[in-house]
Amino acid sequence: MPMTADTIETMIRAAFPDAAVTITDLRGDGDHYAAHVVSAAFAGMPRVAQHKAVYAALGGRMGGELHALQLTTAVPA
Amino acid sequence: MTDTAHARIADMVAASPVVLFMKGTPLFPQCGFSSRAIAILDHLGVAYASVDVLQDMEVRQGIKEFSDWPTIPQLYVQGEFVGGSDIMMEMYEAGELQTLVADLPKAE
Repeated sequence: MPMTADTIETMIRAAFPDAAVTITDLRGDGDHYAAHVVSAAFAGMPRVAQHKAVYAALGGRMGGELHALQLTTAVPA
Repeated sequence: MTDTAHARIADMVAASPVVLFMKGTPLFPQCGFSSRAIAILDHLGVAYASVDVLQDMEVRQGIKEFSDWPTIPQLYVQGEFVGGSDIMMEMYEAGELQTLVADLPKAE
């Protein structure tokens, strides 16, 4: 069962309450998403750790039912 | 993951300064993310080795645990896990990937 953009956003926000989350359904098929997550929690974290933190927020779905999520992370300017 | 799988992956990571674990081959990538990773490496002009995880179930599952990273492709430079294709793109756009491979052998 593919995940909806709302579900993805809700799960990320639960882990990063301050985050600005932008989800784009890349193909309009509910299966290929891009997510841009901006949170102060990423400050001082290497990129790999930032992405791992988002994957952790998605509770192991990344690479499983969530196949395609292009992820970019940033600290608020 | 079995000890054998762990040892095999460690050998693959150490086999070349730049190693990409991917779906398919550089000429025929089988996934958009792997294709993007190859395009970035080709742009960098750095020599790299690739491992097609679709040909090896043990590596396909094992590499996720080995790197603690849920998806493929995965890039290793000088034995260190760098990231997947999103991180490669972010680092490329920031000029960081260029710096990382600056002193490594170029592709022929």
